[in-house]
Amino acid sequence: MTAATAGRVLRQLRHDPRTIAMMLAVPGLLLGLLYLLWKDLPTPPGQVGVFDRVGLTMLGIFPFVVMFLVTSIAMLRERTSGTLERLLTTPLSRPALLLGYGIAFGLAAALQAVVTVAVATTLYDLTVAGSLALVVLIAVVDAILGVALGLLASAFARSEFQAVQFMPVIVLPQFFLCGLLAPREQMAGWLQAVSDVLPLTYAVDALQEVGRSSEVTGRIWLDLAAVAGTAVLALALAAGTLRRRTS
Amino acid sequence: MDAVVVRDLVVERGRRGVLHGLGFAIPTGQLTGLLGPSGSGKSTLMRALVGVQRVRSGEVTVLGEPAGSPGLRRRVGYVTQAPSVYGDLTVRENVRYFAALYGRGAREADAAVADVGLAEAAHQLVDDLSGGQRGRASLACALVGEPELLVLDEPTVGLDPVLRAELWARFAALAAAGTTLVVSSHVMDEARRCDRLLLLRDGDLLADTTPARLRADGGSPDLEEAFLALVRASAGVPA
Ligand SMILES: Nc1ncnc2c1ncn2[C@@H]1O[C@H](COP(=O)(O)OP(=O)(O)OP(=O)(O)O)[C@@H](O)[C@H]1O
Ligand SMILES: [Mg+2]
Repeated sequence: MTAATAGRVLRQLRHDPRTIAMMLAVPGLLLGLLYLLWKDLPTPPGQVGVFDRVGLTMLGIFPFVVMFLVTSIAMLRERTSGTLERLLTTPLSRPALLLGYGIAFGLAAALQAVVTVAVATTLYDLTVAGSLALVVLIAVVDAILGVALGLLASAFARSEFQAVQFMPVIVLPQFFLCGLLAPREQMAGWLQAVSDVLPLTYAVDALQEVGRSSEVTGRIWLDLAAVAGTAVLALALAAGTLRRRTS
Repeated sequence: MDAVVVRDLVVERGRRGVLHGLGFAIPTGQLTGLLGPSGSGKSTLMRALVGVQRVRSGEVTVLGEPAGSPGLRRRVGYVTQAPSVYGDLTVRENVRYFAALYGRGAREADAAVADVGLAEAAHQLVDDLSGGQRGRASLACALVGEPELLVLDEPTVGLDPVLRAELWARFAALAAAGTTLVVSSHVMDEARRCDRLLLLRDGDLLADTTPARLRADGGSPDLEEAFLALVRASAGVPA
């Protein structure tokens, strides 16, 4: 039933070619803009170039943001169209439903990551010390985090207007504090503490680590585990918000 | 055995009492019509039968289990009043998805699509269908599970007389084959096609009757007239 649900979600996506095109092309185009922005900036010897650092991080942030938005809208539509209530009267279990969403959008994110990584490394000469497959894996785990938080956020939105506004609320603080805009070591202590509990921090750390070292370090796996753990927690909370009986 | 037993069912929605202590039983294999004016509580009662309505007090037993039990999800089919299907999928994709949830295959799904007269439109997106077609697509998604109890909330709204007659014939055939059906409508004319009638008014059961008995009690061969006579009598107004 999880597979049937994932298939159904992907089929819905397939009927919307423009969304697919944007999902696949937009991250690459935005990266191109960053590339042009920093192309002629001199890099001090012995340091990682700005584009190599920020561009790589973006490979983890795009899928997170896109999948958060797509999922929260998709789930809100399930709620308002009555299909959710109907699904809850069928043998489909709540975890199976949420897992189906996770798998479907996780697959979409994998495709998006492969395209974006390919574009970044060939067209924009993004250099990554570690393995590109690992970059794709981190992007997919980030996407699943986006899906999980999107499913959870949709429970608190009663309209599409509210749902899209959850994006800045959930995403931007994590982006500001993830260490990209200011090094984490230089943040005020309490901000660093907040940053410590935000999952995107670990996603970005994992990507930086892959960018720096050609070896697969334990730190990468710990980072990934933190992101995946948060995603599982959010999915469990989201399952709790799916009430079978309503007034 | 009774497929549905309802005892002292009280439901409040918002702060308003919607059902005030209903009680009735529905024998297995009957086609029961749930009729009453708009706002009388038909949809609320159906939601209680499938176990998605929070109830204040009372008991709803369906196929021997409390309504909404996990074991019932395979055995009870529910079609909501507003069509609840995916607008961005084709009719066939919708029905195949629900078929998979009920453990049925593509062949059963295609048969259900044909049963509701949508074989021609199977490849159309639900968003591109007419209102009546959309309702039938929603119906097919429940029929495909071949449930023992089918709860259908106004399945014939917006359909032409020919299609409506076809669907009622299909409901009768299902009942003859042993399926229990509860079908709501506010068109009294459809009442004559039922084995049994539950007449609801303002959250109270006005009558638990049959079409023949309703005609006799209401003193009119016309079911609508008979229903109105009953309403007047219950309100203490001379007919
Ligand atoms: N979500 C809700 N919250 C609060 N009250 C509700 C809600 N849904 C319905 N009601 C109220 O409950 C009462 C019964 O509604 P219900 O939908 O069961 O009527 P109905 O008989 O199905 O009407 P119709 O023929 O128009 O579909 C109505 O007075 C309605 O205003
Ligand atoms: Mg209704």
